[in-house]
Amino acid sequence: MRNPYRTQKIAFFVLLVATLLIVIPVGMIVVIIVQKGLPAINWEFLSDIPRKGMRAGGIFPAIVGTIYLVGGAIVFALPIGLLAAIYLSEYSKDNLLTRLIKLAIVNLAGVPSVVYGLFGLALFVVFFKFGASILSGSLTLGIMILPVIVTTSREALESVPSSFREVSLSLGASKWQTIRHIVLPNAIPGILTGTILGLGRAAGETAPILFTVAAFYLPRLPDSIFDQVMALPYHLYVISTQVPNVDEKIRYGTAFVLLALVLFMNLVAIVIRYQFRKKKKW
Amino acid sequence: MVKFDIKDLNIWFGAVHALKRVSMDVRANEILSVIGPSNSGKTTFLRMLNRLNDLNQNFKMSGSVKLDQNEIKTIDPELLRKRVGMVFALPLPLPLSIFDNVAYGVRMHGTKNKKTLEEIVEKSLKEAYLWEEVKDRMDTSAFKLSGGQQQRLCIARTLAVEPEVILFDEPCSGLDPISTAKVEDAMVNLKQKYTIVLVTNNVKQAARVGNRTAFFLGGELIELSATERIFTAPADQRTDGYIRGKFG
Amino acid sequence: MRKFKEFIIEKLILLCGLAAIFFVVLIFLFLLKEGLAVFKTVSPFKFLFGESWYPISEPAQLGILPLILGSLLVTVGAAIISVPIGVGCAVYIAEIAPLKIKEVLKAGIELLAAIPSVVLGFIGMVTLVPLVKNVFHLPTGLTALSGSIMLAFMAMPTIVSIAEDALYSVPKTYKEGALALGATHWQTIWRVMLPAASSGILAAVMLGIGRVIGETMAVMMITGNAAVLPKSLLVPVRTLTATIAAEMGEAVVGSEHFFALFAIGIVLFVISFAINVTADLFLHKRQ
Repeated sequence: MRNPYRTQKIAFFVLLVATLLIVIPVGMIVVIIVQKGLPAINWEFLSDIPRKGMRAGGIFPAIVGTIYLVGGAIVFALPIGLLAAIYLSEYSKDNLLTRLIKLAIVNLAGVPSVVYGLFGLALFVVFFKFGASILSGSLTLGIMILPVIVTTSREALESVPSSFREVSLSLGASKWQTIRHIVLPNAIPGILTGTILGLGRAAGETAPILFTVAAFYLPRLPDSIFDQVMALPYHLYVISTQVPNVDEKIRYGTAFVLLALVLFMNLVAIVIRYQFRKKKKW
Repeated sequence: MVKFDIKDLNIWFGAVHALKRVSMDVRANEILSVIGPSNSGKTTFLRMLNRLNDLNQNFKMSGSVKLDQNEIKTIDPELLRKRVGMVFALPLPLPLSIFDNVAYGVRMHGTKNKKTLEEIVEKSLKEAYLWEEVKDRMDTSAFKLSGGQQQRLCIARTLAVEPEVILFDEPCSGLDPISTAKVEDAMVNLKQKYTIVLVTNNVKQAARVGNRTAFFLGGELIELSATERIFTAPADQRTDGYIRGKFG
Repeated sequence: MRKFKEFIIEKLILLCGLAAIFFVVLIFLFLLKEGLAVFKTVSPFKFLFGESWYPISEPAQLGILPLILGSLLVTVGAAIISVPIGVGCAVYIAEIAPLKIKEVLKAGIELLAAIPSVVLGFIGMVTLVPLVKNVFHLPTGLTALSGSIMLAFMAMPTIVSIAEDALYSVPKTYKEGALALGATHWQTIWRVMLPAASSGILAAVMLGIGRVIGETMAVMMITGNAAVLPKSLLVPVRTLTATIAAEMGEAVVGSEHFFALFAIGIVLFVISFAINVTADLFLHKRQ
């Protein structure tokens, strides 16, 4: 500490190195996957079923499966999550119940994904006898992304100025009318952002669908919500660890498609958020 | 005729005793000005009259507030607020078009007919002296208007639901003198049809428009009498001091 | 009529508000329902501290100590790597980086948070695993060390963003006061900012660790999955999460093995619950 300025220089350099140790690998990962995965992408890869024990052909059923699962999860999680967010932002009082709800949401967000898988297996597959099916998998994923949707929607609702609510109420509108006509329309961009982030999360998760829906190899499309499906993240796991001698190109290609799907959703969320901030009227 | 009859009104927010044993009345078709330094309880008093204080979780009250002889606690708050409209301190248009702003309250009370809505909107904007300035751009966002126009829009929006009483909470605090004059004109004009309670920080404004004036200090009603009395021969020294600008 | 409709809607909103509590309880109950059955054949003590995990031998040996130690080893390794780097990065982003670079760095961290764990596991397999193998001249690179490095990386978004929030919410006056007394920027960070943000940073570390313990796919793909008592960082290990993910597919519903995997789920649930509640306390203390 004799020369504080030299100490500062050293310290800042160390912090910079720490930052680079995180950011550079992130960049490298994306570059590697794009570089090695992009050449594998062609129409056949995206639209064909897997062939020769997943060593050739495409990944179409896995793409479709993931879309079904994500769609199902959102159909379930959005209404519940949004209403829960409305409760917390508009109705809850500062009491024990509210604290418990918030704590429950924090915990729901922290439960390991594989435990969600166990839960889905016990409740939906075994107890409700839905079997390993799109329904079971979607519900499991839906509960898993619930905290994401509640938290972001609540932030969006709370960012609507309270003066708007007062004005609406002062004109004799009821509380629900105020929420429905004033609060919700102005919170939609934020809610949309949260929903898409939840979708991205659901699309990338593997552990919750392992025992609730994912099929190892099922080269056709599902007929109903009680069918199993393949899913992109599980497919990537399978061809990386369970099936020997898969062409590296197919692995990278699958990783690329999954990453692109998830990042695209995040990008859309970011763009919506940005547009909204720019246009914000108050 | 007495519009609001207030007896022994006490209000607390948590541990803060915001209004202390206030007893007074508000007469029909008068402009009652309420003056006093900040934190004197005048806005709390105003927000009592349409039960907006109820939104605060820590709100507690005792005593009685009657509107046309009915205890306001027993009136459905939505109905009460339809009868007792409010214009806020800052211009607060809703993030809607000019037309939708004025039509908002009417729609919420169940009117859907487009023709009827158009008539009500036009009539209200005329009463608020705004119609001529906005009639050609009813579909533009209300945020495009100037501050003074926005405040008159807020008045029109309040008039549209046909209240009996209009509460003004320092309606000109954010406006320049010319806009203020326009808003004051609108207020005086409204007196014939409505009862008006005006909370203001601007003593001169109270003198210009009020029939009677109430002076609040530290949550207590110090004095209430005809505006000329208050400004020429106040009964209480503290009133005199405030009017002369000694504190506040 | 309108009143009645709104009454129904408001009850529905309340019901959904309670959904989070309902689901947490439901998850716990169903884990208990399936998991407690294992204690008919194994005592809780033997389950937690038994040294061998041979679930399909006859008779099955269901001791999860190797798995607990596997998780612990990988987690401690990950914490040692991720805490200094993560907090350092948070300080850099919050205090030092110029505004534009700050946005880029934050976007990079968010990007990392968005990458699915199975993709990170795959990348770990093809890059990190051979690297560890060659550097330490090992028979296999699928080791606890590889897992620790990967998990440290995966914990970064949590640690960095929460620690950065904590630093950001230190009142400006603290910093200005210290700078006004002639302290250098670094002295201010070290002596004022970090202590003032300490409970938030602690919460960040805990939540990061929570993320690491619960992580499943990446860890399963690169730690080698050997359910034996680990002796060093350079051997294959198997974690609690990976055990469930790898074996549930083969376990017969209603078998002892099936129940045992749910019992592991209970252990994980309790650990994550404890971590999240404690971290939440720290976060609220700050406010």
